Amino acid sequence: MAVHADTLAAGGRRASVRQRILWTVAGFGTLAAAAILFAPLVGSTRIQLGTAFDRSIPYADNIDAQIFFVARLPRVLAAALVGSALAVSGVVFQALLRNPLASPDTLGVSAGASLGAMMAITFNLDFSLLGVSAVPLASFAGSLGALAIVYGLSTARRRGTSALVLLLGGVTVQALLSAVIAFVQYLADFTQTFRNVRWLMGSLDVASYSPILAALVPMAVAWAGFATLPRMLDLISIGSESAAARGVNIERTERIALVSASLATGAAVSLAGPVSFVGIIVPHLVRLIVGADHRLVLPASALFGAAFLIGCDLIARTVIAPLVLPVGIVTAILGGPVFLWLLFRRL
Amino acid sequence: MLEVTDISFAYPSRRAVAPRVLEGVSLQVHRGSVVGLLGPNGSGKTTLLKVVAGVLKPQSGRVLIEGQAIEQLTRRDLARRLAVVAQETQTTFDFTVIDMVLMGRYPHLGAFQLEGASDQAIARDALAATGTAALEARPFATLSGGEKQRVVIASALAQASDMLLLDEPTAALDLGYQFEITALLRRLNLERRTTMIVSTHDLNLAAALCERVVLLKHGRVIAHGATEETLTAANVRLLYDIDADVQYHPRAGHLTVVPIGRSR
Repeated sequence: MAVHADTLAAGGRRASVRQRILWTVAGFGTLAAAAILFAPLVGSTRIQLGTAFDRSIPYADNIDAQIFFVARLPRVLAAALVGSALAVSGVVFQALLRNPLASPDTLGVSAGASLGAMMAITFNLDFSLLGVSAVPLASFAGSLGALAIVYGLSTARRRGTSALVLLLGGVTVQALLSAVIAFVQYLADFTQTFRNVRWLMGSLDVASYSPILAALVPMAVAWAGFATLPRMLDLISIGSESAAARGVNIERTERIALVSASLATGAAVSLAGPVSFVGIIVPHLVRLIVGADHRLVLPASALFGAAFLIGCDLIARTVIAPLVLPVGIVTAILGGPVFLWLLFRRL
Repeated sequence: MLEVTDISFAYPSRRAVAPRVLEGVSLQVHRGSVVGLLGPNGSGKTTLLKVVAGVLKPQSGRVLIEGQAIEQLTRRDLARRLAVVAQETQTTFDFTVIDMVLMGRYPHLGAFQLEGASDQAIARDALAATGTAALEARPFATLSGGEKQRVVIASALAQASDMLLLDEPTAALDLGYQFEITALLRRLNLERRTTMIVSTHDLNLAAALCERVVLLKHGRVIAHGATEETLTAANVRLLYDIDADVQYHPRAGHLTVVPIGRSR
């Protein structure tokens, strides 16, 4: 809210776009950085930030630093990456499809990614392509496949994408994929099934840096794609024909947007399972604060998405400590009501 | 000058022979003139405007702007030459009025370039020209139909092209707003010499605003000429199967069309 106040200069006339982007990135960046630094301090053992970063104590003797960097930071960084990837994917889907209810969950993209990742895990697929291992690849393939089905359905009729077809298609694809997921689980052995169920709830059980690094490759590609999009998303969200008449290359923009969002969602799901509702809550909260301009909404959602999921994970870790809840339960309990509110506000 | 020569267009279809929406359409629009595009539903008016705007690619025929074929221009170049105003504009997100108008600057900016002071000035000028300066900070979604349409026209003006394509700009508006938009378009044409192609179902609007009219039926041009000579009772019957009185109205200062009944 402080950001919004700053963007309104005296006399009601707004500051320039450049200034508003700077303020937005600075404000939400501070929030995300604070979340990354302070979230690891909370847990069964209390540690001090000052001690953890104290260079005068040798690392081998610095218990606080070991807990900070080895036990807790990977989980927090994973939350940051997953949160921002899902939030930005949500923003992109909503703008592209001109539908505030679109998100990786409602379009079935998360379910597709889950199925891909689960197949790779259950059947122990072990291959890699360009340094990316089987699980992220399978989950990217799954997300792209699900998106192709839903998007194909909703654009099949010439009259543009229909909101109804889109959401019903998403729900249907999700139900279908859930059945396939259940089937795969049925084939898996008992301990495997238990792990899968936990994973499907969306959990940030990341205890080392290697899965983060693995997810970073597809995410970097997705970020590069997202970076080209903001202004085109503004124009497309008004109408794709008016955007085309203003010089936007619609087909190319759609392709970049859909592939980037599938990559980001796939990478997020391969890291943490299908964490629901982040892609819908974060973009709408951000729009309430910074307005509709995607040059503000996109970076703000990335940063706020990171802080948001770190916060949810903090709740998941502390609410019934020493037990750790899957973070997906927390986001779903927070997100369900927000989704309903949006639905009623729109219809 | 805009020259449309022998345009034929069919939407992609599974049938072997796709039905033609436009069939050999030709017309010329001189700089600074206002041309009305009249015809019943499904006659191809909107499709023709989309072809001229470069949004749809015709199967045959050419569109030339000042002697240059539009397919040789980049999308951005074309957008700097002509701007499109849709019948109705819905926003999914809460853009403000000034946000909407600044989007018109898109074809003038580089890929990562932000709007500068000159773009702001052009946008404010466009708001002033359409009488919407006071609405600058309002959310677009909260405006009335007439205000929305004026803002959309302002955003087309911010595109700084000297040609406007308007697709039934008054169809969603009540009588008061219809009048307001017509007056605005006439004023823009007089003050800025903006060339316009206006598709409309409102024959009286066409009579009030347009120097020339093009009559389209089943994708073909059935008449093309000065409004006084082309907007006749015979042509109205041809277009709509309607028996109408077409008379010069001294108080309005233009032709008026009063539909009487179905013609046999």
